[in-house]
Amino acid sequence: MDVLALEGSINTVGYGLAAIGPGIGVALVFAAYIQASARQPESAGFNRTWLVLGFALVEALALFGLVLAFAIGG
Amino acid sequence: MSGQLVVAQDLPWPPSVNDFYPPAVAGPWVTKFTLMVWLAVGLVIIFYMAAYRNPKLVPSKGQWLAESVYGLVRDNIAREQMGNAGIRFAPYFTVLFSFILVTNIFSIVPGLQISPNAHIAFPIVLSAISYVLYLAVGVRKHGLLKYLKMSLILPGVPWPMHFLLIPIEFLQNFVVRPVTLALRLFANMFAGHLLLLVFTVGGFVMLSADNLFVQVTSVFSFVMAIVMAFFEALVAVLQAYVFVTLSANYVGTSLAEEH
Repeated sequence: MDVLALEGSINTVGYGLAAIGPGIGVALVFAAYIQASARQPESAGFNRTWLVLGFALVEALALFGLVLAFAIGG
Repeated sequence: MSGQLVVAQDLPWPPSVNDFYPPAVAGPWVTKFTLMVWLAVGLVIIFYMAAYRNPKLVPSKGQWLAESVYGLVRDNIAREQMGNAGIRFAPYFTVLFSFILVTNIFSIVPGLQISPNAHIAFPIVLSAISYVLYLAVGVRKHGLLKYLKMSLILPGVPWPMHFLLIPIEFLQNFVVRPVTLALRLFANMFAGHLLLLVFTVGGFVMLSADNLFVQVTSVFSFVMAIVMAFFEALVAVLQAYVFVTLSANYVGTSLAEEH
């Protein structure tokens, strides 16, 4: 007996789950940058490179999720 | 309340991977994407040639722009990631940065509307060049064996740990790096194009619904499409910067002295 039938791709749910971790990670990266440059404003320029690098590395995980959501089973 | 969304006949909804394959312009080898890559190459060449045809001490606008881009890449990317030894790589990275920037910006240029980097083939080539570059630089500077030792064996680790660490380091340095480099650029451009499709096509789908409330709500979809276009511009610049910074970082680790 079908109590509740859902249609669509489960990949959507999977990508939603995959985005949680990188979301927290990106938040941590930016929080650390803001805190560092608030405590020591003269280090803001130096830290910005590492901000972008850290952001890009963390964000990659979310993007893997996106790509896989499309690549596997369309 | 939810309104029956009646999809208009010719609107591709929901957006899918098929939207990334516009019909070929002439034969399988001349597509919109190859034409856009040639256009980008032409734009970059002409821009730098024109900017430096007649360089002056007090620069004109074009020369100022070209010098700013070169200055950004040389001082904020090459020198920061590779030290003074990296300045000789600055011209290559400037060209790489300009090319990726121009091709990324294509994703919001009216009429083009999609970046060639939204197809994995183009980022793979760019990342393969960076891959070969940092391997070649490392091998040339340290010699093959020393370079392998440098990149595989971490100093100051108890020896049994190497059974675990060497495969991880190998994966990290020789597999994950080039793959993520290509995939990051590709996925950003892919996601950006999909996002714009969702909001613009979705707006038209809502507009053609037979429910007044849904039709009025489509305004928000179009507003979001405009906001996302500006966001895409930001992402385009950021991803070009990130790609070049990471490439420079990898070359920098190849150049580094043994730790």
